[in-house]
Amino acid sequence: MIRRPNTLNARCCCCRASMDLLLPKDTQTYSIAVFGVQTVGCTGAVRLGAELLRSCYCSSSSWSGPILLSSPCDDSLAGTFKAAGIEDVQYYRYWDAESNGVCVENIVHDLENAPEQCVVVLFASGHRPTGAELSQEDWKRVAEVMVKRQLFPFFLIPAQGLCSGSLEQDAWPIRHCVSLGLELLCAQSFSHNFGLYGERVGHLLYVLKQNLLAVQSQAEKFVQTLWSCPPMEGARVVATVLSNPAHLVDWQESVKAIAERCMLIRERLRERLRLLGGPWHWDHIIKPGGLYCSFGLNTQQVEFLVQKKHIYLLPNGCLNVSAINSRNLDYVAESIHQALSSKL
Amino acid sequence: IMSIFGEVPQAAPVAVFKLTADFREDQNPRKVNLGVGAYRTDECQPWVLPVVRKVEKMIADDHSLNHEYLPILGLPEFRSSSSKIALGEDSPAIKDNRVGAVQCLGGTGALKIGAEFLRRWYNGTDNTKTPVYVSAPTWENHNAVFSNAGFEDIRPYKYWDAGKRGLDLEGFLGDLESAPDHSIFVLHACAHNPTGTDPTQDQWKQIADVMMRKSLFAFFDSAYQGFASGNLDKDAWAVRYFVSQGFELFCAQSFSKNFGLYNERVGNLTVVAKDQDNLNRVLSQMEKIVRITWSNPPSQGARLVAITLNTPELFAEWKDNVKTMADRVLLMRAQLKEKLKALGTPGTWEHITEQIGMFSFTGLNPKQVEYLVKEKHIYLMASGRINMCGLTTKNIDYVAESIHEAVTTVQ
Repeated sequence: MIRRPNTLNARCCCCRASMDLLLPKDTQTYSIAVFGVQTVGCTGAVRLGAELLRSCYCSSSSWSGPILLSSPCDDSLAGTFKAAGIEDVQYYRYWDAESNGVCVENIVHDLENAPEQCVVVLFASGHRPTGAELSQEDWKRVAEVMVKRQLFPFFLIPAQGLCSGSLEQDAWPIRHCVSLGLELLCAQSFSHNFGLYGERVGHLLYVLKQNLLAVQSQAEKFVQTLWSCPPMEGARVVATVLSNPAHLVDWQESVKAIAERCMLIRERLRERLRLLGGPWHWDHIIKPGGLYCSFGLNTQQVEFLVQKKHIYLLPNGCLNVSAINSRNLDYVAESIHQALSSKL
Repeated sequence: IMSIFGEVPQAAPVAVFKLTADFREDQNPRKVNLGVGAYRTDECQPWVLPVVRKVEKMIADDHSLNHEYLPILGLPEFRSSSSKIALGEDSPAIKDNRVGAVQCLGGTGALKIGAEFLRRWYNGTDNTKTPVYVSAPTWENHNAVFSNAGFEDIRPYKYWDAGKRGLDLEGFLGDLESAPDHSIFVLHACAHNPTGTDPTQDQWKQIADVMMRKSLFAFFDSAYQGFASGNLDKDAWAVRYFVSQGFELFCAQSFSKNFGLYNERVGNLTVVAKDQDNLNRVLSQMEKIVRITWSNPPSQGARLVAITLNTPELFAEWKDNVKTMADRVLLMRAQLKEKLKALGTPGTWEHITEQIGMFSFTGLNPKQVEYLVKEKHIYLMASGRINMCGLTTKNIDYVAESIHEAVTTVQ
């Protein structure tokens, strides 16, 4: 049974809605307490979580790491933790160039060898920047190691619903960890699944076994020193939609439509590349869903695309598939083919 | 089962929020909340400015607008128009291209980014030991913001003279003199919170003199421009004077009060540097700090303020709305003083009308405050600070009589 605190916080309707989205009330779990804090986007949630960990994790004295991030990951993630005073940032292997996907063996190995009680940042879905995902079976293995070595999960879920088209499926890893009795933090963003990027709607969820009110009071203290209180406009939209059955259905359909469009682009891109020939395999493009995709291009190939073909993508070869459409699909596919074929 | 967070201590609640929470739970029909830090109408309701309602509708109806991310430093037209409000349309510093800004999450966010920058780059690359001075008393969050930004040495500078119920200029100047060179001073641009007591222009000149001589850094906190006197330029005099004297400075601006946009978190950190080259480098470092704090700022409030400030009719309407608020506060001040005098309440009450802005330091002692809260259901801060906005034509008699009771029966 999940206990939720009563708070006089006026924006708790957004918090309640955000919590329910991740962990529905009917989830059967151990007796745990859940609370949330509305934040300034996902970055704000990560920053707040980092501040809280630094000051409260493990014991009352200051904790400074290590924190484990996936390799690769968003370049500002390490900086955010360091800004909160967590200097010891390490990495676990995530993207596997050979298989053009995630290698769960590497992850499990690295976590087995991580210091006990360290904090591990995991993308429940929508990994940035690769878009690559673990299967539910993979997640079970990862969660097992987390329990065994007492590692603390700090989940990021930047685009719930956009990856698989299902809100439940995209949140599954978090629910699974909760069902195992793990305490955790989770940073949620409503930028992508509500398109409210510029309104900065984020949420930090806490799942704890005890001492809820004390941790909540500490979180409020940190919020005071960061931005006092979060912006209302976007949160109101989210809360209104999520708490109204008719709006909720509308929204879920919009989210599904985005997810389906991304999947369609991926399929057509794969098909196009397959037809252009060559020794390469393209199944990894359609395996994950969502916005981001990694093509396994090296630095020179990426530079070729940017400089010679005017196709802009991240230096690590990851791109946003929603930027591809029926007008530029052929050009993009041919250019990628060219980049791979040329002796670069 | 043990929690990893099992040892976390309960943090003390923020005093002003606890006060409001207690007020909410109070069932007494005569209760009055003089602790709130927001404007209230004569019906004791929050006031959404008419110009704000108008512009909100405009934004909602403008389908050319979307919700894409703003640049890291914020909406350009918001930043520039906000800085103009602080420094003046004809500011020579703006003309010299040495003024820039960062859109922030309210005044708190602006203080935060300024503090984080100063800790990293102000005087050498590690300012954790650089003293930061805040007024005694000051807004209770100043301390926490600078402390969390990594400053280890936060000191008070003398400000409020409880005896004479006014500014302790001698003490203030003395602390400026004895401060180590290059110390950082947090100055309230106008309508000092919580005392409502501002230096006169002449006194500001003396303060600026010492600060220039000792290379002390001026970090202005401007949360009440327009709200204090009803006139934007008048309320910005101190900041503009410092700029005219050649100071490089920061000004953390909040549009929470003067636009009533409290929960949209609309703030601006105005940066005045020696020249454009220095300015650009400062902004580039601030950008990095913003990125790992909130990535980029919220759109709604900034859009609203920018449209208002940049559209002549709307700008005029806004100034009018601001004056409405300022005038109501001035009226309550005048009436409270009159009623206390009429009741023959012992002590002098001139400070009620001499003080400026939302707050008044009444001079009531903690016992008298407790009496008001417990016996009269009038909620105010333990410091004796009241928010004039909590007074209305309907409750002012009750409040005046209660203060009279407190002063005459409780020592």
